Amino acid sequence: MDQLTESMITIFLNDQPFQAVAGASESLLDFLRHRALATEVKCGCGRGDCGTCAVLFDGRMVKSCLVLAAQANGKRVYTIRGLGRDALMANLQDSFIQHGAIQCGFCTPGMLMAAYNLLRIKPTPTRSEIRQGIAGNLCRCTGYQKIIDAIAAVAGKTAFVSEAADSLDSPNPTATDQEKAKAGYLLLGGG
Amino acid sequence: MKDRVIGQSVPKYDAGPKASGLLQYADDFTLPGMLYGKVFRAKVQAAILLGVRTERAEQLPGVHAVITAKDVPNNNLRARFGQSTDVGGQFEGLYRVLAEKEVRYYGEPIALVAAESPDLAEQACQLIEVDLQPLPGVFDSVGAMEPGSRQVGEKPNNIASHFKIRQGDVDQGFAQADVIVEGTYRVPYQDHAYLEPESGLAWSDDDGTINIRVSSQVIEHFREVAEILNLPHSKVRYLGTWIGGGFGRKEDITVESYLALLAWKTRKPVKLTYTRAESLLYHCKRHPFQMEYKTGATKDGKLVALQARLISDCGAYSALSPWVLLYATVNAAGPYQIPNVKVDSYAVMTNTAITSAFRGFGAPQANFAYESQIQKLAHILGLDPLEFRERNYLQTGEAFATGWIYERPIPLTELAQKAWSGLGPLGSAEGGRKLGRGVAIGMGSYGRLTFLHDTSRSYIKLELDGSAIIRCGVPDVGGGQGHILCQIVAQELGVPLERIKLHITDSQLTPLAGTTTATRQLMMSGNATLKAANELKKRLLIKAGQLLNVPIENLIITLNRIEVESSRKEGVSLVEVINRLSGEGEELFVEAQFNAPFTDIPASEVLQGQTHPDFTFGAYAAEVEVDEQTGQVQINKIVAAFDVGKALNPAIVEGQIEGGCIQGVGYALFEDMAIHNGVIQTPSFAEYLIPTAVDVPDITVILLESGSGVGPYGAKGIGEPPMVGIAPALVNAIEDAVGVRIADLPVTPEKIRMAIAQKPEGKR
Ligand code: FES
Ligand code: FES
Repeated sequence: MDQLTESMITIFLNDQPFQAVAGASESLLDFLRHRALATEVKCGCGRGDCGTCAVLFDGRMVKSCLVLAAQANGKRVYTIRGLGRDALMANLQDSFIQHGAIQCGFCTPGMLMAAYNLLRIKPTPTRSEIRQGIAGNLCRCTGYQKIIDAIAAVAGKTAFVSEAADSLDSPNPTATDQEKAKAGYLLLGGG
Repeated sequence: MKDRVIGQSVPKYDAGPKASGLLQYADDFTLPGMLYGKVFRAKVQAAILLGVRTERAEQLPGVHAVITAKDVPNNNLRARFGQSTDVGGQFEGLYRVLAEKEVRYYGEPIALVAAESPDLAEQACQLIEVDLQPLPGVFDSVGAMEPGSRQVGEKPNNIASHFKIRQGDVDQGFAQADVIVEGTYRVPYQDHAYLEPESGLAWSDDDGTINIRVSSQVIEHFREVAEILNLPHSKVRYLGTWIGGGFGRKEDITVESYLALLAWKTRKPVKLTYTRAESLLYHCKRHPFQMEYKTGATKDGKLVALQARLISDCGAYSALSPWVLLYATVNAAGPYQIPNVKVDSYAVMTNTAITSAFRGFGAPQANFAYESQIQKLAHILGLDPLEFRERNYLQTGEAFATGWIYERPIPLTELAQKAWSGLGPLGSAEGGRKLGRGVAIGMGSYGRLTFLHDTSRSYIKLELDGSAIIRCGVPDVGGGQGHILCQIVAQELGVPLERIKLHITDSQLTPLAGTTTATRQLMMSGNATLKAANELKKRLLIKAGQLLNVPIENLIITLNRIEVESSRKEGVSLVEVINRLSGEGEELFVEAQFNAPFTDIPASEVLQGQTHPDFTFGAYAAEVEVDEQTGQVQINKIVAAFDVGKALNPAIVEGQIEGGCIQGVGYALFEDMAIHNGVIQTPSFAEYLIPTAVDVPDITVILLESGSGVGPYGAKGIGEPPMVGIAPALVNAIEDAVGVRIADLPVTPEKIRMAIAQKPEGKR
């Protein structure tokens, strides 16, 4: 790879700083999978069509294949593994498991992220709003039904929805533990 | 066991690891010093390959190997599909690893590269030069059958295989008919579009054994890969991963022959993962078929004759085309009692993308044609379509068109009625759109062809603390193929699910269980595991009977215990029984083999008698809304009703039906693979549209449990059958709404608009 086009990137991945060199055109997805070995983020298409690569980036859900690694420099990125201790994500994961919403599971990390994002914004969506909320995520195995059942079962039930949302939106990734605790970060996996 | 595990929707073994993101798929594995593989492909549909120049690519720093046909120890193989039975003849075609002397289709692999980064591998591919002398392409499968058409493949004409059904006398049958309908139906290519692109990682051991970690439905391909490398079968090992969707496409070899060659040549680990574009453009698809049908009935609604000519486009190499064609032929008349049937089917080679296995395997194609014919006949006869079907369903003890007398229940009347009434009260259409309803039935086989003499093996070991280990070489595509073995062991041996460890898909260390194809694993590996569990159970009960001084007939296994059935307090823990036996030198492990029903290899192209272990029957009903102006179809409701024999895990069974149904919805309405002169024009999910969550409705699933299946506990297979029946149900509903009947899939809004515009005035 051309040295001139590489730069050092630091991201705050699931609350841990991670630093590596990235190419100028390298996507955040490739950076996460190949450099940070965050293989829970999947590549189903690499061009924005499938949603398997969804992560929370700077407080928003994005398809990480459409974001450049360089754009993520200094930013906070959460994958489903980083949200495992968040009550809403944990509930969603459990609900997916209980409802048989996981077949091959390749869409699951992205689906969980889409579901999480939806319920943060809209804690009690209707069934058709759930369909809208996951419309950017393809699943070839389930026909979507059990995924929607799983999300509907969690909707409105999780008290932590708003707190989780606040913490994820916090602008300051280098805050001290005390500051994070105040902002509610620690819900997200121990800063 | 008292607290039954079988029949419960317990979470799958692999669901937790998948939900947490910890489960590793093929592309998630890395090894130190790993190289990246890339396939260099032909950019022409048909040509004489005069030469390949790789020097410039080889000289690029960071490139470790460039391989062309001349470097492949055995470049031309007979294509085999995991079967050990030699079936010879028209079932086998050429499997060529890399193009040699000729190019037969756009995208055919010509060279392989291994380099230190994906970018370098790509650059190296750009430095490869080929000398080609283009040939006129053959792109029309019907035309390719004509004498004088240019020969595409290794066979003297372009007909890769041909099957027949001859039952009764169709001329006489049509003479008795009061009504005869004819129709030509076309069904398209379909891409499997699983979310995990083809991927694997291979490396060579200290002793030269080639290990391939790959997302594959058939770990038995280690034998073919060994033959490619001229290695003993024992020196190639597959380590199958949990598969991110297969649907049949990971049944053929995907990346593993390339990986093996690159790892063998470089002696370094090599990874190869296709991009989505490579996956969509270059790998095999569902067979498009042209199907000419003629069906006759008497005016009192009895079918008397069916004649069909099926032509499938099998592309430039035959791959699994003969098998798919055989299935389509066996399915051509459907589950109907028709005294006179004549079917001729052909798989025809063209200079087009290879077509091969896809969920349903020929059955959905034939089903669309025979059910369309049934619907048309019902209309002409003025009979209710359900009632017309009911007069003609095959009954237990009657013979399929192949002459196989079927002795199990065929509850199609009940299934279709349940599906139909499950639609509930008629909805109301919005904004002037037209409402319509349709129903269709279908059948799908489970288990491989009985003349392949299919087997599966499974191993169970009980540990001293009462936990269990299962080893079974079963590839898991997400349908619970691995998990259900745990449920069987938990049920029979009283081991809690969370204390079972499952090992799958190591071609050297797990007993070979055969392919995860043909909806066979529940029947095959489920039965093998049940057999092993029963053997262990017998030994446990004998020992417990001695310890408790009770005849074994009076004992039952409950969770972690063996108890006296009539006095449940009396009992002994599983751990104690296991330890007693172990102390006496008896270790508790069993490997069992299950054999499917066997029949003889067909003597000719005329298919006769039993071909499959069994069939699964089902019905779909659908309600749609159609906008006459735009041709847009909105599906309001779908009801699916299937006889699954026994639902060992209802949530998994429903999931198969829901997912298969929606894949069928895509096939029927959305998935329009543009292909021009043999070149696929839809390289991404932005062009090749599969259903999203907003395109499809909720599905009501009705499960019937006849207990009549060949699988464990009377279960039937349900992986593929849900692909069958949904397309004609939707087409029937659309016809009911707007009075036009579309004969070629997918039913796009344009086709509906055109058909409405051409509809004679006043007719609906
Ligand atoms: S990999 Fe990013 S959307 Fe498909
Ligand atoms: S579970 Fe396989 S793609 Fe969704």
